[in-house]
Amino acid sequence: MLSLENITRIIHEWLNSHFNPAIALDTEFVLVGVASITLFALLGLSLVWMERKVAAVMQIRLGPNRVGPKGIFQTTADTLKLLMKEGLVPDGADKFLFNLAPFIVMIVAMLILAPIAFAKNFQIWDINIGVLYLSAISSLSVIGILMAGWASNSKYSLLGAMRSGAQIVSYELSAGLSVLSIVVLTGSLSIKDIILSQQNGWWIFKAHIPALISFIIFIIAVTAETNRAPFDMAEAESELTAGFHTEYSGMRFALFFLAEYINIFIVCAIGATLFFGGWMPLHIGSWQAFNHIMDYIPSSIWFLGKTIGLIFLIMWFRWTFPRLRIDQLLNLEWKYLLPISMFNLLLTSLVAIMGWYF
Amino acid sequence: MGPASLIILFLAAITFSAGGILISRILVKGTKNPQKGQPYECGIPATGSPWNQFNVGYYLFALIFLIFDVELVFMYPWAVEVKQLGLPALIEIVVFLFILFMGFLYAHKKGALKWM
Repeated sequence: MLSLENITRIIHEWLNSHFNPAIALDTEFVLVGVASITLFALLGLSLVWMERKVAAVMQIRLGPNRVGPKGIFQTTADTLKLLMKEGLVPDGADKFLFNLAPFIVMIVAMLILAPIAFAKNFQIWDINIGVLYLSAISSLSVIGILMAGWASNSKYSLLGAMRSGAQIVSYELSAGLSVLSIVVLTGSLSIKDIILSQQNGWWIFKAHIPALISFIIFIIAVTAETNRAPFDMAEAESELTAGFHTEYSGMRFALFFLAEYINIFIVCAIGATLFFGGWMPLHIGSWQAFNHIMDYIPSSIWFLGKTIGLIFLIMWFRWTFPRLRIDQLLNLEWKYLLPISMFNLLLTSLVAIMGWYF
Repeated sequence: MGPASLIILFLAAITFSAGGILISRILVKGTKNPQKGQPYECGIPATGSPWNQFNVGYYLFALIFLIFDVELVFMYPWAVEVKQLGLPALIEIVVFLFILFMGFLYAHKKGALKWM
C-alpha cells in the first residue's frame, strides 16, 4: 500500500543504495526542507481559499469563482499580485526590526512543524518533550508581532501589537493547562506516545467530561492565540485598520498573512493530535468489522480530515460571534477560563489516577 | 531525523521568506514620493511619534502572567509522572495550586484584574 511511511522508506533505501551515506543524508535534509516549504505554500493557498469559500457559504453568496474552477486559483493570483507590489518601509521606521519581524514569524511557524505527526510513522522529529516544545516555540511568535508593531512607526501598529501581546500571553495559560490534562492522562510528552495511547478510542471520548471541558477551553484559547475572530482585537479592521501589519505591504505582508494561516493549521493539528487521536482511525471498542473498515482509510487522510474539521470550526466562529472588547477578552481569560482550566486539570488527574477512563 | 531537522526547518523558513522578498524586489521598480513613506493615519499627515509613553491597561496582567507561566512550566514534569505517583502527588499539587490561587484571589481583590 502506498502510504507516506512507505514513500519515505523507499526514498531512504534508494538513496542509501545508490550514494554514500553522507550524500544520502544531505539529500534527505534538502528533501525535508523542500517538502516543508511546499507544504507551507500549499497550505497557505488552500486555507485562504477555504476561508473565503466558508465565509461565502455562511453569508449565502458565491465567494471567489472567476479564476479557475470554483475559484481555486484565486489565491495563486493574489499571491502573484502581492509579489508584484512594492514593499514599502515607512519613513522613520526601525528598518532592521521592520525587516526582521516577518522572518521571525515565519521561522516560528516553520519550527513548530517538527514534532507534528502527519501520518503513521511520518514525523520530522519525534521529540520526547514534544508537547513542551510545541508550547515553548508557539509562544515565541508574539515576539515577531510586537517587533512588527513597534518598528512600524505607526500608532495603529503599536496599539495592535500591544493588544496582541496581552491576548496571546494571557490565553497561553489556559491553552497550556488544557494541553496538560491530556499529558496527565497519557503520562508522556511525546506526540507519538500520545497518539498511540488513543488506539482504543480518542481522549475526547475516553475521558468523559473533563476531556470535553479541556477541549472547549483549548479551542477558545487557540482561537485567541491565533488572533482570529471573535478575538481579533489585534487587527480589528474597523478600529485599528490592520493592527500590527498596517504598514506592511507586498511580500512582507504576504508572509504575515501566510504565517497566520499556517498557525491556524498548526494549532488545529495539535488539537486533533491531543484530543482526536491524530492519525489514529476511529475505533469503537469491540466492533471488529467496523474497526477493520476504518483501518483501510489511510492515516494521512484521518489526520488531515480531523485538522480541516477543526479549522472549519474556527472559521465558523468568525461568522457566529461578534468581536469582544479587549477588557472583556481579558476578563474572560482571567476570571473564567483560568480558574476553570486549573480546576479541570485537577479533576482530570483524579480521573487518571483512579483509572476512571476507558 | 534528529535535532538537525530544526536547523533544516530554520534554513527552509529563511530561504522561503528571503526568496519571496528578493523576487519581489527584482520584479518591482518602485518610485520615490515624499507622501509614500508616511505612516498611515486616516489619510491626514501623521502627528507626533508613536514611540512615547502610553497607558497600558494590562500592565498588571503581565505580572500575574509571569507567576502563572512559571507555575505551568513547573507542572509539566508533574503531569508526566502523576499517573504513576498516585494520590500523594495529586494532594501535593492541590496544596501548591491552593497557595497560588489564594495569591490570585488577593490580586483580584486588590483590583489588579480590573481594566484601568
